Amino acid sequence: MFSLTPFRIEDLPKPAAPSSVGATVIFEGIVRDVNDDHQVEALEYEAMESLAVKEGAKILAQALAKFPIESAECIHRTGLLQVGEVAIRVVVSAAHRKEAFGACEFIVNEVKSRVPIWKKEHYSGGATEWINADQM
Amino acid sequence: MPKITVQYFAILREQRGLSEESLDTTESNPANLYAKLAAQHGFTLPSKSLRVAINDEFASMDQSLKDGDAVTFIAPVAGG
Repeated sequence: MFSLTPFRIEDLPKPAAPSSVGATVIFEGIVRDVNDDHQVEALEYEAMESLAVKEGAKILAQALAKFPIESAECIHRTGLLQVGEVAIRVVVSAAHRKEAFGACEFIVNEVKSRVPIWKKEHYSGGATEWINADQM
Repeated sequence: MPKITVQYFAILREQRGLSEESLDTTESNPANLYAKLAAQHGFTLPSKSLRVAINDEFASMDQSLKDGDAVTFIAPVAGG
């Protein structure tokens, strides 16, 4: 399941795995304090929820078809996040670790490139910038 | 004249100054509609950097628009 949440992801429980699972890979993307030499104070995420949830679900279905894994979940934060907070969590369970690592990376890459979620960096000093909005 | 709803998010929402508007337009497709709106409102993103959704589904910039469509111009995404 792909979902968006305005609440702290680190406060949400991680899903339990069935007994056939030998490996669970968890990826958490965290707000970092520096990007391109700018001192980052916070990140603001905005999503087009209707389409983001549908596109995220498609990515998880593609991961389940492409890799021999048992389950895949992804949750993405919205709103204003401080440095150190979790922006995205992906949890993949499989019989073996190799497939779990592969599927987890696939999901993160696809979410970053396809799901309609945007982020604005807030820098120390008060300036802000939408990321990727200057590309031609 | 067809009535279209346009939704804006992120940088486009800020540049337009609102999240949604209803327009009577004769523009035949999203590409033409964006060109017109960009000229009116000073959107900085080039059309070729955008994707578009019609009625909450990804669509093509040259898909025909019809009365009642909800159009969302999608700036380059940056999740994760």
